[in-house]
Amino acid sequence: MKSNQSAIIKFLMATIVSALLAYAIGIYGNLPWWSFVISNFIIAIAIDQKPLKAFISGALGVGLLWLTLALMIDQQNGHLLSTKVANILPLKGSTSALIAITAFVGFILGGLSSLSGSYVRKAK
Amino acid sequence: MRILPFIATSIVTVGLVSVLNIQLTIGKTQTPKLGYFLSPQHGFWKNAEKLGAGFDASIVAKDLKGNVDVYMDDRLVPHIYADNDEDAYFVQGYLHAKFRLWQMDFQTRVASGRLSEIAGADKLTIDRFFRRLGMVYGAEQTEKYINENNPVMKATVEAYTAGVNAYVKQLSPENIPFEYKLMNYQPEEWSPKKTYLFLMFMSYDLTGRAAAADLQLTNTRDFLGYDLFDKLFTNQQDSLDPIIPKGTAFAEATLHPMKPAGSDSAYLKKKTFTTEAQNTSPSPEAPDKNNGSNNWAVSGSKTKSGRPILCSDPHLGLNLPSLWYEVQITTPTHSTYGASFPGSPAVIIGFNDSLAWGVTNAGRDVLDYYDLKFKDSTQKEYWFNGSWQATSNRQEIIKVKDSADVVENIAMTHWGPAMFDAHYQNGQSMGRNLAVKWTGHNASTGVETFYKLNRAKNYDDYINAISLWKCPGQNFVFASKTGDIAIKQQGSFVARWDRQGDFIMPGIDSSYDWQGMIPNDENPMMKNPERGFVSSANQKSVDSTYPYYLGTASSFPLYRGISVNKRLAVMNQITPIDMQSLQTDNYNVFAEVARPALNKFTDLSMLSPDAQRMVNEMNRWDLNNNANSKGTTAFKIIWDSVEYAVWGDEIAGSKIPLTKPEAFVLVDQMNRDSNFSIADDIRTKDKIETLKDQVQLGIEKATKKLLALEKENKLAWASFKATSVNHLTKTPALSRLNLSIGGGVNIINATTENHGPRWRMVVHLTDEIEAYGLYPGGQSGNPGSPYYDTFIDSWAAGKYYRLLFLPKAKLITNERTKWRIQFKNA
Repeated sequence: MKSNQSAIIKFLMATIVSALLAYAIGIYGNLPWWSFVISNFIIAIAIDQKPLKAFISGALGVGLLWLTLALMIDQQNGHLLSTKVANILPLKGSTSALIAITAFVGFILGGLSSLSGSYVRKAK
Repeated sequence: MRILPFIATSIVTVGLVSVLNIQLTIGKTQTPKLGYFLSPQHGFWKNAEKLGAGFDASIVAKDLKGNVDVYMDDRLVPHIYADNDEDAYFVQGYLHAKFRLWQMDFQTRVASGRLSEIAGADKLTIDRFFRRLGMVYGAEQTEKYINENNPVMKATVEAYTAGVNAYVKQLSPENIPFEYKLMNYQPEEWSPKKTYLFLMFMSYDLTGRAAAADLQLTNTRDFLGYDLFDKLFTNQQDSLDPIIPKGTAFAEATLHPMKPAGSDSAYLKKKTFTTEAQNTSPSPEAPDKNNGSNNWAVSGSKTKSGRPILCSDPHLGLNLPSLWYEVQITTPTHSTYGASFPGSPAVIIGFNDSLAWGVTNAGRDVLDYYDLKFKDSTQKEYWFNGSWQATSNRQEIIKVKDSADVVENIAMTHWGPAMFDAHYQNGQSMGRNLAVKWTGHNASTGVETFYKLNRAKNYDDYINAISLWKCPGQNFVFASKTGDIAIKQQGSFVARWDRQGDFIMPGIDSSYDWQGMIPNDENPMMKNPERGFVSSANQKSVDSTYPYYLGTASSFPLYRGISVNKRLAVMNQITPIDMQSLQTDNYNVFAEVARPALNKFTDLSMLSPDAQRMVNEMNRWDLNNNANSKGTTAFKIIWDSVEYAVWGDEIAGSKIPLTKPEAFVLVDQMNRDSNFSIADDIRTKDKIETLKDQVQLGIEKATKKLLALEKENKLAWASFKATSVNHLTKTPALSRLNLSIGGGVNIINATTENHGPRWRMVVHLTDEIEAYGLYPGGQSGNPGSPYYDTFIDSWAAGKYYRLLFLPKAKLITNERTKWRIQFKNA
């Protein structure tokens, strides 16, 4: 039970830290857009989790961050730009699809980089 | 460490990042770097502006001499109040960059042949065209001249440049304009040369049609033979109402250009058939022949207030972001409001607290081709005035994205750059070696004209300011608070003999060279005429008694000018509202003469029932090109179809595309006589078609097209015309398509499919100036801004905004003033 609890805390911590770090690094526009891949990788080494859990926490961390940011920006912008971009990309003007794809890119790269980091540790 | 899974996931991660970090090619287009583009902290999401966000800011710029206050009004027009002139232009540069940086960059890239650098080898043909035409060469001449001779303009352009760069330097990577992210390249710093390149582009846009037209006319003449050509491409316009009224006496000419001996055979030539050219590269689309404009001024004798009213609406390609940016500039030396060019300091069309001015294109021919004879394929020598002369080599290096540089070696001659040679041909150059001579190549202080107009106080200042203007030739209209109105066609114009430069000229000696430039005071002009108004609409400025040849009639749209003058002549007690309705007037004066001409040759009983119905639709029409009018569409399609029936056979046999005669040629013929030999279809040997036959054929063919349109529910004029305001990259999602707006070619409201009035301005010269205006766009160039296309719907509906032009103390308290941007030097 206790180990279960600490596993949950670890999972939540990894998720939150990866989101926070990804956001903080993202503020520096001079750094490449994929810098969170490195931070997630390091977090996955620092916070030892099973590969699947590491994947999910990394994926949720960045994926939810990107989802939230995109949703907020889009709301405040009244969908002006997202509608245009969703017509430039072959999405038939669907802003929801554009937001979903944005979140998915964050989700999959966040997950993969954490997964990769989790393998640095020895198997338990 | 679990080596294998680690390596496997790392490879997948790095691989995926890499794929999302490059531009993918899908079909013919390249995607942005998708990961970067979608990242909410780096990509396009950063360009999505918060609705209702303010623009208050405080900016420190050490290049400033003093402090500058900018107040933004509710339409996001900046009102710049500066302690000195240079600071004002610094801030104008900063604001242009803040709201229009990508556009400024893109337009100068087009002008300087640098598109391949960002878009790859696909754009090489466009880049080569502009390099070989001498666009960069011309900008260099101007830069050198101003740097050496004109310290005030040098300082002005440098202050402007510093302002642009102050913005560019503080721009963080995630905040660069949207289009850079979409096309995946980076902003770069501005330079004075870029301002001159931008102005070169305006010269090209307004005089460069000759670069295509002279070749086409030459080929058309070669194909038809001069005698037939001269009938179809006549310069005689029966209904011309010139800018300077017919019958006005002109001053004695000081130049007497002489046609070279033997030119009838050597230049005008007998019929010679042309052959198909090989290995050609396509040229960019030639500037639209409807790149025109209207302007006029009415004197106090015709207005309700007793004060003059000036109107100007330049027509150019409709684009987003707009070519224009509204601004007020107030310094101790002057206070001016109007439309400015992002890329250039000062106001281009506008008014100050003493007077107003506007421009239309003069349409005069200032670009010619000369046929060169090179000694050999090295192109190091060419034959001129009886001996071999050395060319100099100008190298233009074109950088190409993902590919090696392309080097253009251009032979420079007495005439100018050898644009077409063994290395460069287009579909119309037919293997010739052609040098181009163009007033656009000459150093020009055009920027100074606007600088001085911004500060002009009276008629003399206006004349003095425009006397510096060289290229592109313009009709400058003027009105002052003191009651003067005037118009002058100004530019550096060639004193031409009849038909000089309509075709490619022999370049082996100087006999076909320009024999002089017309002195400024012989340019057509008019001040305070009896009739109480001055106007221009790109028509020929003068009748045939003017001592110099203006250029081929196809450069001078005939009908808009007739409409404008007809209306102004009968208007009295005019108010600014009346002027607004005249600027947006849809009356089709061409149809007024063409419809009866068509009917004269139409035998209704010979037509099919559908065709009769369509002719009736056309005849019921009230001659206004209104958005919902079906008669406009019927007339337009019937007319085009009849024209094709008449001319199609004459020009159909050519392997290269030839130009079509102007509409007035056929109308004038139909109204003159009915035995018009050209009506005969030369392809039918056993039959002689009359104009009646051709009109009937044209109507039947038009009916088929009209029925198809009717089926698609596109018979209403606006749906058929489908006016669009296109983004500069022609990306549909960034454009405004299918606007509901009337007008068209030959109409005062000259809105065609993608051309139209770009800056409608009405200025009433009362003590406190009462001005109205708008352009089809918005003050922000960012597609993610609510100010991106703010004015388009009002523009399409023919509405106007009252322009805020106030001294600082009054502006601050005005209810429409919303934000303040402070510029400090420390």
